[in-house]
Amino acid sequence: MGLDSTTETTAARAKPGRERREVARRLGARLALAGRLGESTTTVVGLSIVVFWVAMAVLAPVIAPYPPNATDVAAAGHPTPSAAHWLGTDHLGRDILSRLLWGARRVLTVAPIAVLSAAAVGTVLGLCAGYFRGVIDLVISRIADILLSFPVIILYMIVLAMFGSSALNIVLVIAVTKAPIIARIVRGLTLDLRNREYVAAAKMRGESALYIMFVEILPNARGPLIVDMCLRMGYTTITIGVLGFLGIGLPPPDPDWGGMVKDTYGMMSVWPHMSLIPCAAISSIVVGFNLLAIGLRETALRE
Amino acid sequence: MSEETPVLGLERVRLSYKLRAGEIVVAPDLSFRIARGEALGLVGESGSGKSTVAFAIMRYLGPLGRIAGGRILFEGKDIAAMGEAELRSIRGRRIAMVYQDPMSSLNPVMTIGRQLMEVPMLHEGVGAEEARRRALAMLVEVNFADPPAIMARYPHQLSGGQQQRIVIAMALIGKPALLIMDEPTTGLDVTVEAAVLALVQELRRKYDTALLFISHNLGTVAQVCDRLVVIYGGEIVEEGRIGDVFRSPSHPYTRGLLDCLPRLGRSKHEMPLRPIPGRPASPLARPSGCGFAPRCAHSEPGRCTVSAISSVELPGGGGHFVRCVKAAELGPWRQERGAAAIHAEGKAAAVLVHTEDLAKRYGQSGGVFGRKGAPVRALNGIDLELERGETLAIVGESGCGKSTFARVLSGLEVASEGRAALDGEEIGARPVEARPAALKRKLQMVFQNPESTLNPSHAAGYSVARASRRLRGLAAAEAWQEAERLLSVVGLSPELARRKPSQLSGGQKQRVAIARALAGEPEAVIADEPVSSLDASVQAAIVNLLSEIQSARGLSLVFISHDLAVVRYLADHVAVMYLGKVVEFGTVDAVFAPPFHPYTEALLSAVPEPDPERHGARIILEGSLPSAIDVPQGCPFASRCHRKIGAICETMPPPTQRLAEGHRIVCHIPAAELRSAEAGEAQAMRP
Repeated sequence: MGLDSTTETTAARAKPGRERREVARRLGARLALAGRLGESTTTVVGLSIVVFWVAMAVLAPVIAPYPPNATDVAAAGHPTPSAAHWLGTDHLGRDILSRLLWGARRVLTVAPIAVLSAAAVGTVLGLCAGYFRGVIDLVISRIADILLSFPVIILYMIVLAMFGSSALNIVLVIAVTKAPIIARIVRGLTLDLRNREYVAAAKMRGESALYIMFVEILPNARGPLIVDMCLRMGYTTITIGVLGFLGIGLPPPDPDWGGMVKDTYGMMSVWPHMSLIPCAAISSIVVGFNLLAIGLRETALRE
Repeated sequence: MSEETPVLGLERVRLSYKLRAGEIVVAPDLSFRIARGEALGLVGESGSGKSTVAFAIMRYLGPLGRIAGGRILFEGKDIAAMGEAELRSIRGRRIAMVYQDPMSSLNPVMTIGRQLMEVPMLHEGVGAEEARRRALAMLVEVNFADPPAIMARYPHQLSGGQQQRIVIAMALIGKPALLIMDEPTTGLDVTVEAAVLALVQELRRKYDTALLFISHNLGTVAQVCDRLVVIYGGEIVEEGRIGDVFRSPSHPYTRGLLDCLPRLGRSKHEMPLRPIPGRPASPLARPSGCGFAPRCAHSEPGRCTVSAISSVELPGGGGHFVRCVKAAELGPWRQERGAAAIHAEGKAAAVLVHTEDLAKRYGQSGGVFGRKGAPVRALNGIDLELERGETLAIVGESGCGKSTFARVLSGLEVASEGRAALDGEEIGARPVEARPAALKRKLQMVFQNPESTLNPSHAAGYSVARASRRLRGLAAAEAWQEAERLLSVVGLSPELARRKPSQLSGGQKQRVAIARALAGEPEAVIADEPVSSLDASVQAAIVNLLSEIQSARGLSLVFISHDLAVVRYLADHVAVMYLGKVVEFGTVDAVFAPPFHPYTEALLSAVPEPDPERHGARIILEGSLPSAIDVPQGCPFASRCHRKIGAICETMPPPTQRLAEGHRIVCHIPAAELRSAEAGEAQAMRP
């Protein structure tokens, strides 16, 4: 937030010595916050799972034993885990571990971008609806209701079938369907926060509506918002998996966890590992984000 | 005191909380006793450990708190050694507790009747018939006119005062030996408070119940209790019969508490309030020796700060104990009378704010079908003037429209009718967004709630600096320096500008809010109950600050309050509001002396004064404020008035009687008649 940085620049111009002290104090506060997060086992476990997957995604090109789409015809006959293929291969002889790592890379790029886009749109709409109320609220809330009343999967299928399933389209379609949920949350928080006395004080000194929404109200809504975004990340991972499973996900042949399940679920009775391993990957990342969200909420409540 | 077993006896009790940082001792060594039927007041600032003591007696300290030593004897049995089953048989039945917020003690989904009946059914195993009979009888005891109707209601259908009476009924229905009341009247209006206190007084006599009455308000304690314990930092600093303690308070802390209390007979020109310097002791850093020494004007390094001070009985007997090594040297206590300060007589009275027939209705635009309900009439024609450099106080019970008036003047709401002018410019119909910057600058506001007045996400100095930038066009760096300067004006260290509000105390936050209001160099400041949620000593400091700033800057102040003692102290003019109307207006001396409007009279008589000798002839208002949806045709106060003269009060709007010096009373009774009737009663009230 650009407007929020005014205090820092003011401080910087005022006195350099003080600024240094201020930086040290802020750093101290950040560290204390990190320390407090460490107090909650839930947060630590959730964060570890998420960090694990992020590390895997970042390091995939380095640590993946094979290229994601390389087929090992010899292994295809015996796809179960072996010394050459730790997690086995799929029916085409592609290394599951490598595909899992490369798949993490895709999921962890698309999901955050989609959630952040949804949050950006939802936050702006929610702030406007909650702050201005009246007609603006009515229009925004009804549009949100309409979007939320749609069966999302059918919506996804229609849109992606019409416009093709590229990463960009998936981000857009997720942003459009998740934004109303976030807008509702932000609207509720804003309806409460707009009546705080510091908002009245801001009006008394003639601040603009934009300033009040983004500088006075939004920072106080960020706690619940961050928690919700964590949850939303988990759900979005599932959504991307479902889209992949339905064959309208990220385009093949590059690996995508949902797609991996789709390709192999027919072999479930013979070689269950081909489907179960990507399923477990999806579950673990969802659990990770959920635990993180719960932990953050607990920490926020305790304060 | 008799030699029989006291109802409650604390013997060298040590209370502590176990935190990650280690053990925090809330009360190191606490001993007191309450005899059968006796009322003991427990007084101290917030954080002094009062509530912890109450919870310890109920053994409700939570997973972290514990009774680390000593014995808490209830009717001779140690509560700390009891098993869960035994505790359950005592809690609620033999010891009952009434908390500050009645709504949190009542179950919102159960009718009042069921909640009341549950107590004897659960504790004594009586049948539903018997329980119902008792509940009805109890409701009569707590002054409900129609018990069967009340039994069928849900808690949210009752007013705050009624809820608290229900909670008292629930506490007393089991005929407990000990009743603990923790700030039972803090959230209530003074008229309601007076009624609740009178009820407590009457019932505890009738049921012979011992009472532990916890309060930060010496006034309410003086009304209810027989004996008083003053607690500071978890230590009893003074103990004695209520008359003895109030007549000759002997610990510097007790004296400090009395000195910082505004009283009805006290104005800023005669007796300035003297706040206790410093902040309450933190249980984390206990000084050796006297806990109060760091804030005490009499403390002597060698004597007060070395070893623990023991409590000594004062000569004259009567069980008056003081924990102060210098108690004998302090000399007799006299309420300080300051030099008659700056009393600007005969100043040029130029009107700054002027309202005429100002009204505010909130339309109840209901439903999809455009059906409009009756509007809520929050303001019903207000005519007031605020002169330059003076303080206009607006008093009244909650719901009388005083906050709405403040919001209309400040432009946060727009008037529905009538006019309001600031320095000749119309402001009533202009929301703050539509006011030009020069006009915004002239009028600023200090809000009620210190917890929400500052944005928790920004540093404390941020909004002060921002106000200087917006209202005076200062550059960012200048504005920040100005903010630090303003913080020192309101008595804060400029360093605090960079702290987050969560690191400040309530009083400090309210000071920052005052600095913010001053940032635009306004001509008038509206303060909406700025001190009502603060401790007495902090309140005194803030009230003094407002008064100093006002005289130093020639500021006009609109001070909204329900606390008549503070108003008496601070105001030049007073407007008494009832149901959206001003029923009396005049100089502070005129309003606080007969002739009164009957409502003013009732308000004044309800104020709990810290004077145990003042008893009797209180006017208890019946019923509650009529709804602002259907405002009575005649006098708004007619439904509760103790001086109603007949049908005329209900059918005809009362005339405005103009008396000397702009004193106005809106009442059917001629002022001369009011004067003679009220003067007689005021005599009776103060023998």
